[in-house]
Amino acid sequence: MLNLVWLALILSGVAVAALRGQVDAVTDAATTSASGAVETAIALAGVMVLWLGLSRIAERSGLIEALARRMRPLLGPLFPGVPPDHPAMGAMMMNLGANLLGLGSAATPFGLRAMKELERLNPEKGTASDAMITFLVLNTGGFSLVPAMMIGLRAQAGSRNPAEIVGATLVVSLAATLAGLGADALFRSAQRKRALRRP
Amino acid sequence: MNPLDLLARWTVPFLLGFIPLYGYLRGVDIYNAFIDGGREGLSLAIRILPYIVSIFVAIGVFRASGALELTTHYLQPVLRPLGIPPEILPLMIIRPLSGNGALALTTELLHRWGPDSFIGRLASVITGSTDTTFYILSLYFGSVGVTRSRHALAAGLVADGVGFLAAALTVKWLFGGA
Repeated sequence: MLNLVWLALILSGVAVAALRGQVDAVTDAATTSASGAVETAIALAGVMVLWLGLSRIAERSGLIEALARRMRPLLGPLFPGVPPDHPAMGAMMMNLGANLLGLGSAATPFGLRAMKELERLNPEKGTASDAMITFLVLNTGGFSLVPAMMIGLRAQAGSRNPAEIVGATLVVSLAATLAGLGADALFRSAQRKRALRRP
Repeated sequence: MNPLDLLARWTVPFLLGFIPLYGYLRGVDIYNAFIDGGREGLSLAIRILPYIVSIFVAIGVFRASGALELTTHYLQPVLRPLGIPPEILPLMIIRPLSGNGALALTTELLHRWGPDSFIGRLASVITGSTDTTFYILSLYFGSVGVTRSRHALAAGLVADGVGFLAAALTVKWLFGGA
């Protein structure tokens, strides 16, 4: 899919330029874009060092864990199939806690651990369980309090108020997450009905 | 000052002060922890450099040739009623596919239109509040050998779609339209 999007952008660019008789524009754009990209990436490096450095402190000091504990009452009802003190619950909470702080790279290892534990609870190995799907929806909903990387990118691009988007991202990721959970519940009950109708 | 604005203004200074203080009080070697994490940040930046080049070149060619103009022209009637500028369309396609690609594309939009423009803010909100659905699904399911994912992809894409529309509405509501 990514291959197709990329190919389509480039091919249509070259084709349109050829039809308009201005292929030189393509050569020009390709070279200046490539070197501009490297400048941008170097500027980005500073922002990434800052946030991943902070995220490491949050991890080592147990801040993510403390946040995760707070979320237990909220998460329990979403995962009826997972016992409250099962390690899967702990790993899922750590993963979502790291995501809430906008520390995506700290979240992934916890997420992978959570999946391993959920698979252990899974009665039908190789097929996604209800809990796994709900967990993934929470992850892809991208729910976070602080889109740290995004704020850094905006600052680097010269924004007057780089953090002004925080309120909006909060509202939007809440809406997206709720929609995902709603869709999850709908699909699940539809499947259950279909399964019951079958002899 | 409205509460969302206040929250926005204080988020970074608060985290910058609070995380190291909390770590220090918990007896963490905060300086070395920062350096350790920062090293990871540097390798992340190097890892995404080729993504940034690939996206910048593709979008650069697409725009310079006039193909973007054509696409924009034809998509206007579809996207306009939804409040989504056509310039955002590539981001909506790439966002669920590649986190690094989306990051690169957002950077490109921020530099092209300015971070405080409608397009710049919308791109920031979309990238800041949604995640890489296809990548997360394949990584997480792949790690435990789950091959039948049932409705996971559909539910994730519903979340993305609602996120895109909500982003357009919220940015317009908070900051004014394009």
